Amino acid sequence: MNKLDKKQIAARVARDIPDGAYVNLGIGLPTLVADHLPKGREIILHSENGILGVGPKPAPGEEDEDLINAGKEPATLLPGGAYFHHADSFGMIRGRHLDFSILGAFQVSVTGDLANWHTGGADAIPAVGGAMDLAVGAKKVLVMMEHLTKNGESKIVERCTYPLTGARCVNRIYTDLAVIDVAPEGLHVIEIVEGLSFDALQRLTGVPLKRLATAA
Amino acid sequence: MVNKFFASPQAALADLPDGATIMIGGFGSAGMPAELIDALIAQGARDLTIVNNNAGNADTGLAALLKAKRVRKIFCSFPRQADSWHFDALYRAGEIELELVPQGTLAERIRAAGAGIGAFYTPTAYGTRLAQGKETRRIGDRDYVLEYPIHADYALIKAERADRWGNLVYRKSARNFGPIMASAARCTVVQVRETVELGVLDPESIVTPGIFVKRVVRIAPSMRKAA
Repeated sequence: MNKLDKKQIAARVARDIPDGAYVNLGIGLPTLVADHLPKGREIILHSENGILGVGPKPAPGEEDEDLINAGKEPATLLPGGAYFHHADSFGMIRGRHLDFSILGAFQVSVTGDLANWHTGGADAIPAVGGAMDLAVGAKKVLVMMEHLTKNGESKIVERCTYPLTGARCVNRIYTDLAVIDVAPEGLHVIEIVEGLSFDALQRLTGVPLKRLATAA
Repeated sequence: MVNKFFASPQAALADLPDGATIMIGGFGSAGMPAELIDALIAQGARDLTIVNNNAGNADTGLAALLKAKRVRKIFCSFPRQADSWHFDALYRAGEIELELVPQGTLAERIRAAGAGIGAFYTPTAYGTRLAQGKETRRIGDRDYVLEYPIHADYALIKAERADRWGNLVYRKSARNFGPIMASAARCTVVQVRETVELGVLDPESIVTPGIFVKRVVRIAPSMRKAA
């Protein structure tokens, strides 16, 4: 089967972002989406530390310590971009002004619960940042992740065993194997990678999947 | 005459008492008022409660204040970072109390304090362990968690430019928590790169009106430590 690599997952997510969308890219895997936005679409990226219209990484030597993204990496601002304070920034998130929030995940449940901030280890130092706001605030919450853990267990689960970031908040899951919608009546498979059958995907996933007519 | 200019960070923080709650601006190092924090360390106040998005990086600024064991409690959304070793050590040793707050809730609790709001309901964290023990309510078709404001005795923030009335403009993403922290503290102390005459700042572009600011200290770039 043609498993997607991380860049291909990012490109697949990017394909679904329409012209004119306001989008927040979570730290980690989702930041790759910025490199794959289809040409010809004007997509406005939000950074929760107070930026709309985030541009590409600055050239070496052009970094500005006052202009960083939510991952604390040097950033740039596009013409038309704006700066604002943290309460306005999270007002944009919670107030349903963002069209898409794209997040990584440890686990997503069949009802769209998201776990992506804490592994649950008793000795882990907790850190949540903006993840819980991004999980509940955007009009659509998209998750991108590998379908299976390193041990081959499905990250799409009946019930999250890791602490939740948000309950019933995920709309669509993009993995290296499939694109799956979280619908009120269950998980709908939209696409499967070439060379993987629905039955094989079902066996790997372990929770009930429904096949949409359009899925291969 | 209103003149909020102070001669030095030391003078601006001289009356800060032990046990104070202090908001410190900045997201990572952007907007972090490094010289004010250095002055706070030198000033000696202890048993402090700190409000900051992070818990210090490497060995300077907030991390140095933590290392000096001057902080009893910290409000924070993202304490754990690759270089937060001073916080990590104190936390593991049980020598610092952490109140972990989602970033948007942290911002709104600060904003609420400055705006005279008694409490508010937010959808963030509903159904998670960070909402455990908190009052919740269903409003319309959504579930919310009740959150209370965070007030501070002092706010230490960084801005780009100020006049003697304390009007402020910021620079790029260094603005982050500055405007809301300025409103939430009884005594807001600002370090700025440049001070200007009254009337120079465009009134249409002032981000923090001077009513939220008590003290301004100019830290010229030449006075700054090498980054």
